[in-house]
Amino acid sequence: MGIEPDRIHYSWISSAESTKFVEVVKEVTEKVKALGPNQHFAKHEAKVA
Amino acid sequence: MSEYNDKIKEISARLLKECQVDMVIGFRKGSMPMMNEPCFINNAEDAAQLVWDSNCGINLANYLTNRKEKIGIIAKGCDSRNIVTHIIENKISREQLYIIGVPCQGMIDKHKINAMFEGEIQDVAENGQKITVTIDGKENALEKADVLQKNCAVCIHRNPVIFDEMVAEPVEEQKDVDRYADVREIEAMTSEEKWNTFEELLSPCIRCYACKNACPLCYCPTCFVDESKPQWVGKGQDPTDVRTFHFLRAFHCGGRCTDCGACERACPVGINMRVFTKKLEKDSFEQFGWEAGLTLDERPPLDTYRPDDPDDFIR
Ligand code: SF4
Ligand code: SF4
Ligand code: SF4
Repeated sequence: MGIEPDRIHYSWISSAESTKFVEVVKEVTEKVKALGPNQHFAKHEAKVA
Repeated sequence: MSEYNDKIKEISARLLKECQVDMVIGFRKGSMPMMNEPCFINNAEDAAQLVWDSNCGINLANYLTNRKEKIGIIAKGCDSRNIVTHIIENKISREQLYIIGVPCQGMIDKHKINAMFEGEIQDVAENGQKITVTIDGKENALEKADVLQKNCAVCIHRNPVIFDEMVAEPVEEQKDVDRYADVREIEAMTSEEKWNTFEELLSPCIRCYACKNACPLCYCPTCFVDESKPQWVGKGQDPTDVRTFHFLRAFHCGGRCTDCGACERACPVGINMRVFTKKLEKDSFEQFGWEAGLTLDERPPLDTYRPDDPDDFIR
């Protein structure tokens, strides 16, 4: 779609898997931070001519 | 194809005369070249208006949604697959339909032909595989194979998959066609290249919604684009909104699209928005072994669960 693959993550984490949850969240955060702010699908202020 | 014409008229007139159906949905000649228009025929005398040629690219399944009467419908390969989809989705019942199957030989691409010539096309005639385009009284000869709609060139289901009566013997299906060359080309791009390709592709879009209105799958009473509470997508031509519309529409067609090409055909500015639905069509096929509308006996992948559904994207 033109969205960087690292911006999107799917995971299945049971409510008993707290360590997995922490790991996944950390990893996702790192990956998204590395990409920087999203530029796509973000509406910018309307440009007035 | 004139033999198709006679047979279509004959069957339709018979069905109406014998009151087997309340109406027949087919095509009649349009007021412009390459634009046959859908028509509803209610009595046997009017069946003479029906025509069939290479300009019947509109998908007639679109006119079946929630109909109550008994209907005879002319169906080429792709229409028949959308009829199956309509039946599976409870938009019409099989018992209400008398399907007049037409073995299809492909539709011609009006965008392409219009772009090939300067000036206004007065007439487009066909004789087998030869197409004659008349402009300013001058005739230009074309080969049909060179001006087929892109989806027809790679179609592998030209014969109706469901019918009550056929107008002719089945045509030979195309074999060894590479259906997804265009999709693979996009898949091979980086995210940035994809983004830019789609930006360019969609930049002429005027949000007229002809593509969604031509599609038999787009039958929701209120489309998400028209909802205001909540408003899922802005209504203007902001590129973000245009893209949101196109992506969401495509996803709504996932596992349902038959690549009939009606959407692309309808677009007044010639956008090939079919690349989106085609990607989903490819995924449905490669990941779920599914081709939409081939059978009434199987549920589509999006409303069934199988233990072996692909899940390697989940960690
Ligand atoms: S997609 Fe296939 S069945 Fe449909 S019009 Fe084209 S060739 Fe015919
Ligand atoms: S999305 Fe386009 S190609 Fe697919 S079924 Fe609808 S009109 Fe046909
Ligand atoms: S038919 Fe063409 S211009 Fe109209 S909304 Fe669809 S893509 Fe945009």
